[in-house]
Amino acid sequence: MKYIDPHIHMVSRTTDDYQRMALAGCIAVTEPAFWAGFDRSSPQGFFDYFTLLTDSEPKRAAQFGIDHYCWICINPKESEDPGFAREVIALIPEFLKKPTVLGVGEIGLNKNSRNELTILEEQIALAAAHDQLILVHTPHLEDKLKGTKLIIDAIKRNGDIDPGRVLIDHVEEHTVKHVLDHGFWAGMTLYPDTKCTPQRAADIIETYGAERLWINSAGDWGVSDPLAVPKCRLEMKRRGHGEDIIKKISFDNPRTFLGQSQRFTVDA
Amino acid sequence: MPDTQPSCPLTQQETIDLYFMEHRAKLLDIAAFLDRVDRSNPDNSKGADDFRMKAFRAAVAHLTDNAPDRARRIQEIFSDPTTDPIPAAPMKGALGAWDPATGQQGGKP
Repeated sequence: MKYIDPHIHMVSRTTDDYQRMALAGCIAVTEPAFWAGFDRSSPQGFFDYFTLLTDSEPKRAAQFGIDHYCWICINPKESEDPGFAREVIALIPEFLKKPTVLGVGEIGLNKNSRNELTILEEQIALAAAHDQLILVHTPHLEDKLKGTKLIIDAIKRNGDIDPGRVLIDHVEEHTVKHVLDHGFWAGMTLYPDTKCTPQRAADIIETYGAERLWINSAGDWGVSDPLAVPKCRLEMKRRGHGEDIIKKISFDNPRTFLGQSQRFTVDA
Repeated sequence: MPDTQPSCPLTQQETIDLYFMEHRAKLLDIAAFLDRVDRSNPDNSKGADDFRMKAFRAAVAHLTDNAPDRARRIQEIFSDPTTDPIPAAPMKGALGAWDPATGQQGGKP
């Protein structure tokens, strides 16, 4: 059964990972712009990163029969200096014209600071001005619940954003209902320690249903698993879930949300 | 609860049969971790009062209260309950539990 991993940082992964994902059924990935594990020293560093995402990585993925799409933004971990962040934001419109860019992301909050929130609001406005889909990063661990609420409030304050064109990612047991109840899409990230395990993701699907919900690996340079999506599908199969709901959560739902961009051309 | 609720297709007996051994091991990991903390050299006075361990012990108590939504309630124990943005980010990382003594996330990055 084919699947889409709608959130994975392939620039941090090897070609072996691409091969294993293809063998497991992956036919498309989307890669949000995020922190590289260190702070870039100049806006030019972001220009190079955005070029990597929009030019080099699709070619690398294509060698394994995987379609590669991406999202462009300045991430919240590098948004604490508003002056620096605004120099990066000025680069974004040029990249939004690239053929594999699906929208603005992953914007959001990290430590829920005032400056992070200011830059989040400015990028929400940028997405609205350019009629872009939005992919949102919610904070880690103890910061997630508060940050998710601040993010929802910020998007609602903008007034020009259709919640159906926003996916709020990294939801867990204490945030998924907030996100879905406000009409947004929700993503569950499958991490071994710090987010959802495949088992807990399956529990959340059983509790809240499979509408407007997807799963992703968010595989990156840290402790993560690029095969987390097929492992979650296996977990659901092990419990006796039917192929219809497994396909819905790992292929149909991401395809429906991402298909709101005409650039996303993965066939059913 | 949501409108659409595809609950777990397994029976309770099947769920226990499938997952018991795995979670027995995880329970022993928690017990051994608490023993390890007790056995560790008390090189400072913070160990027992560490805000993370206070939250951890409060969370463990929820496992046996026979009320629903244990995972959500435990997530909330570890969460920052405040509502306003903090003045500035003190670090990039997270520590796993909110520190009520500082009002924000203190400690090492």
